[in-house]
Amino acid sequence: MNKKVPRRQFITGACKLLAAGLAAPLGSLVVQGNRSLAASGEKSWPEIWDGKQWGFVVDTHKCIGCGRCVKACKQENKVPMDDEVYRTWVERYVETSDGVSIDSPNGGLNFPPLEEGGEKQFFAPKLCNQCEKPPCVQVCPVGATYRTGDGVILVDEKRCVGCRYCIQACPYGARFLHPETHVADKCTWCYHRVLRGMKPACVTVCPAGARKFGNLGDHNSEVAEIIETNRVRGLKPEKGTKPRVFYVGLDEVVM
Amino acid sequence: MSNNERSLELEEIALKPLVKPGLGYNIGLASLAVVVAVGVLFYAGQLWKGLSVTGMQNQVFWGLYITTFVYFIGISLAGTLVSAILRLSGQHWQSPVSRIAEVITGSALIGALLMVVIDMGRPERLLNIFIHGRIQSPLLWDVIAVNTYLFGSLLYLYIPMIPDLALCRDKLGESVSPIRQKIYRLLALGWQNTPEQKERLEKVIGIMSVVIIPAGIAVHSVTAWIFGMTLRSGWDTTILAPYFVVSAFFSGVAMVIVAMAIFRKAFGLEKYLTVDHFKKLGWLLIAMGLVYGYFNFAELLTEAYKVKGHELEFLSMFFTGRFSMLFWLFFLDCILLPVFLMVWPTTRNITGITIAGVLVVIGVWFKRYIFVIPTLSLANTPTYFDSAPYRASLPELSITMIGLAGFALLIALFFRFFPAIPVWEIANEWDKESAEISSINSVRLGKFKGGAK
Repeated sequence: MNKKVPRRQFITGACKLLAAGLAAPLGSLVVQGNRSLAASGEKSWPEIWDGKQWGFVVDTHKCIGCGRCVKACKQENKVPMDDEVYRTWVERYVETSDGVSIDSPNGGLNFPPLEEGGEKQFFAPKLCNQCEKPPCVQVCPVGATYRTGDGVILVDEKRCVGCRYCIQACPYGARFLHPETHVADKCTWCYHRVLRGMKPACVTVCPAGARKFGNLGDHNSEVAEIIETNRVRGLKPEKGTKPRVFYVGLDEVVM
Repeated sequence: MSNNERSLELEEIALKPLVKPGLGYNIGLASLAVVVAVGVLFYAGQLWKGLSVTGMQNQVFWGLYITTFVYFIGISLAGTLVSAILRLSGQHWQSPVSRIAEVITGSALIGALLMVVIDMGRPERLLNIFIHGRIQSPLLWDVIAVNTYLFGSLLYLYIPMIPDLALCRDKLGESVSPIRQKIYRLLALGWQNTPEQKERLEKVIGIMSVVIIPAGIAVHSVTAWIFGMTLRSGWDTTILAPYFVVSAFFSGVAMVIVAMAIFRKAFGLEKYLTVDHFKKLGWLLIAMGLVYGYFNFAELLTEAYKVKGHELEFLSMFFTGRFSMLFWLFFLDCILLPVFLMVWPTTRNITGITIAGVLVVIGVWFKRYIFVIPTLSLANTPTYFDSAPYRASLPELSITMIGLAGFALLIALFFRFFPAIPVWEIANEWDKESAEISSINSVRLGKFKGGAK
């Protein structure tokens, strides 16, 4: 009962235990890092990105509110058609002398016609802004949401724990909890298509050419040309997120 | 009555519930267990179907679970305040209450962790938080802070209990099952009540009571920052961390008062938990309540004066809109009524103070509700303008009750096996008092002798 452990021996023992406790998780991190590098195949990710920086342009003058983009997006990305969740959606703004009325029934999938015309009306398609400074990535506790080298924010649906902290962090309301996978979900600019050299589904189906997609780094690309020759701006610049979706003809009332 | 007789009587009263608890206690325990069991059934449904069984939607995606989580975090400051801060400030009256306060802390923290897991979309991936945890997320700060505080609090509950565990080992004997005897013997760590052991114990308790305070403050600050680090109206404010700490003290004290009243009756501890304890905690409650009220005022005024961004929409929800009833009721229920009950001498008794405690314990939960929900109700995107306002579903309510009833169940079960009041500490206080009295007497006598020279 009265056997005494010398102080020095106690401290060395405790330090050893602590070191062993730290070594185990750190070691597993190293092993994991190696494994994920090996798994990426022949081409490394930096080679695939090839210095590209993707960007998106929305021309609000051109959008006719047909909702095809909303439908195509849901089909392409397996977002349940009947649930009130959208990776992209279209808002309708009607300005009258009484103020602005905004609606987006079914995410703009099938707008009912307006009863009485306002003084100024237009549509504003929305999607993930793939921010340069994404607040959603900053707050994710497990690193399930991350930014790729070519500037797209993705969600690792195998790692996400469904805490929904990223959903509240997004100032644009672009994220939602997927009703079937129970993890966070959002627009990826159809990254699976982009990697294969195709355009996002919404861009492909837009009959009015209101949605453009391309490499911002390439000055000859359509998006770069529009941005360089038009007055464009992103949404909610006061939030400091540096969005990569640029709007042409964006009205002040768009929130 | 000599100190020895007093101690024997105290031991008998404190150990009685461990052998044969009353009928009321058993009924209470059973009904809590039923509530938890029903909730678990509903939770099985939630595991199967996902969070869509709740009333949460895309816009208001945090509901009762997170409300209750924040509530529990607040309650958990009780132990730190009562058994650490008051101890350090040289108070002695609080020692009979300190164990109840520490058990509230431990149970509330376990409740808080439970609510977080319940709220997860993929609870089976809980370990990802430890495997892939990223320190820049305020959620991870909270994981670290809550676990540290939980561990520290359990230690701080256990260490001062060692002499009482030895008491259980020595006094309960054959009246409890052999397994329990063995557990008491194991947990008592060979305590023999020697002066050397006592001195060491006091030293460790002294150190722990200093260490636990920053851990407690950290938990509340960090929980506030989960909300405060965001870009949302109502949460995006610098006052949030101190505001949480004060409201935690407030609700923690109220919970201690309520628990004290319950166990006083249930275990017949009237002699040791006196009206004096209620009054002292009552004043503490009022003080915290007034500071909390002041913080609310300061925060609302600075927002209402400028009305930048969404603040107009946000504030009108409180003053006149959807949440106005809860908002104004809170000030009546949690600040005005308790102050009145405490200040008016006629109600400044155990019943009055317990009512004040109950009002605050309930009221603060609703205050948490109108902290979490209104901010999320402000749509970030017009897509969600038309969606129905958040309303908790029946399964959600029942699952939330796992936490609330489970919390009470945990506390009640704990005192089924361990004494509710720290026997040795109370006896120690008595010894010190009589030692002081005798030393004062001898000093007086000495003076007297000197004067007679």
